[in-house]
Amino acid sequence: MTTLTYGPLETALRSARDTGRKLLVPYVTVGLPGWTEVLGAYVAAGADAIEIGIPFSDPVMDGPTIQEASQRALDGGVTPLGALASLAGLDVGVPLIAMTYYNVVFRSGHRRFAQSLRDNGVAAAIVPDLPLEELGDWRRAAEDGGVETVLLASPVTPDDRLARLCELSQGFIYGVGIMGVTGERGEVAASSKIIAKRLKAMTDKPVLIGFGVSTPAHAADLAEHADGVIVASALMRKLLDGASPEDLGEQVAALRAALDEVAGD
Amino acid sequence: MAMTDPVNGRFGDFGGQYLPESLVPACQELEHAFRTAWADAAFQDEYAAILRDYAGRPTPVTECRRLSERLGVRVLLKREDLAHTGSHKINNVIGQALLTRRMGKERVVAETGAGQHGVATATACALFGLECVVYMGEVDVERQALNVFRMKLLGAEVRPVSSGSRTLKDAINEAMRDWVATVETTHYCIGSVMGPHPYPWMVRQFQRIIGEEASGQVRQILDGADPDYVIACVGGGSNAAGIFSGFVDTEAKLIGVEPEGGAAINNGIPGVVHGSKSFLLQDEHGQVTEAHSISAGLDYPGVGPEHAFLADSGRAVYRTAGDSEVLDALKLLAQTEGIIPALESAHAIAWLARAAGSSELPAGSTVLVNLSGRGDKDVEQVMGLLA
Repeated sequence: MTTLTYGPLETALRSARDTGRKLLVPYVTVGLPGWTEVLGAYVAAGADAIEIGIPFSDPVMDGPTIQEASQRALDGGVTPLGALASLAGLDVGVPLIAMTYYNVVFRSGHRRFAQSLRDNGVAAAIVPDLPLEELGDWRRAAEDGGVETVLLASPVTPDDRLARLCELSQGFIYGVGIMGVTGERGEVAASSKIIAKRLKAMTDKPVLIGFGVSTPAHAADLAEHADGVIVASALMRKLLDGASPEDLGEQVAALRAALDEVAGD
Repeated sequence: MAMTDPVNGRFGDFGGQYLPESLVPACQELEHAFRTAWADAAFQDEYAAILRDYAGRPTPVTECRRLSERLGVRVLLKREDLAHTGSHKINNVIGQALLTRRMGKERVVAETGAGQHGVATATACALFGLECVVYMGEVDVERQALNVFRMKLLGAEVRPVSSGSRTLKDAINEAMRDWVATVETTHYCIGSVMGPHPYPWMVRQFQRIIGEEASGQVRQILDGADPDYVIACVGGGSNAAGIFSGFVDTEAKLIGVEPEGGAAINNGIPGVVHGSKSFLLQDEHGQVTEAHSISAGLDYPGVGPEHAFLADSGRAVYRTAGDSEVLDALKLLAQTEGIIPALESAHAIAWLARAAGSSELPAGSTVLVNLSGRGDKDVEQVMGLLA
């Protein structure tokens, strides 16, 4: 029997989950005005980990809100490695997960990018345009650098492939709740609950659902079927519209409260 | 060397399938559908019959007597401008429309720059009774108003794209975003030899008819000889891939001509966007930069991965042409041969006109140029530029 050792993200999420807590991972785009204060507000409001988006010029998996956030950050002059360096010495208190597109990783250099994550206290990475077939080079560099790689599962992923994703994902498995790009939705899609149930039946890794999770009610609804949720566009919309880090903290606190209610049932 | 099938979805180090998980099953399904269709005689027969009876193939090869005299080299044109809808794009869309039907899908999305691929896709969708949505950058909607109207006449919906540079790159982003949401009922009809595997290979196979026809036609004109040079413009590179595939096994020198402001092979470095690895205009941090070209169809910061491979291996060379010499070339061909080329195709003529007689293209050489499209769509824009 092998001894399983988890990275810091998976360790944190498993232990929180195993105490009966529902997991909350809010998102912020790196480089937007006030983004480091947002991290603090998220943690104070009860985030279990934070996804930080490193902007890319052509984010094909993102809807209008994250596109706008990315463009605004890029217009402000943010660079991937520069953004990571600004995290140095910042003790956020929960694990950070960097999300970016593969060209940013590729141009930085796999090893250099992994090292930069590690050096600046980022536990894990999500690269949504790097499917299993293309994962190899990054995965080796990430493992050597001690960085976990979170994989995404889609509603159209067949079962055999879903099993491989569950096996290889680190930190948690990211269930894409809908067919489509990121963005706020009016209600929870049936596909979100279906992918949550399929993943939960297949793995004991933490299962988090993202894409279209917009309100505390959505979060609570999905937490009945999954270990937790990722919320991005609903928060970034507010930030782009001028909300303060404190405002975002309140929004996350409301999500937290809704999840805690489910966990307490 | 030859232009062979990709290995694991790659041409050398280029290509691949850099896709969100939601699109992986669709690309696998498409590869399977294409492989089985391509090996199916009934499919090949139907495809060939439509190209012949509907699209007007084979297109002729025209010997340019007055232009040859002017340039001191013997110029032959492969006349894709005479194909239905006015460019080589029809070859690809007929193939993909047949595949769409074979996969049981009823809706097609496409991107377009100059509008040639959009018009071709709208045409094929009308022919096959498929719903058609074309994404087009706002800048291109404006400079190609005529083609926008043509697409609408053909029953397609044209959705202007206002993100990013508002040109071809952003139209592709938006088409991919649509496809992620609709992939179970929708086929994405990519217009060039780019995108994730199997597109670069599949689109080249649908375009190789250009090279196959031209090879026989040119030998007839040249008493069995092959041309010394084969020249084509390159944006994504589908017309070039099509004609090169007919001559890659000969001694002919293959020359792709990129627009000066969008020369991914000449000025780019390896990168990954829109599903594959190739040369790409980008900054040092991996952010894709904007291309700038007079020609909407070549206004793209990337290039098809097989061209990256051909450039890397040295089998083809890639040169550039600038906006003003392209306009001169358009006039030159119009006034010596009575043929108004598309601004895209005029890039190939522009390089030819500049290089003819130099050490790179010695006097007396025989040159085959792929005239990939006709200039009707550009007349209004050119009128403004020459005013």
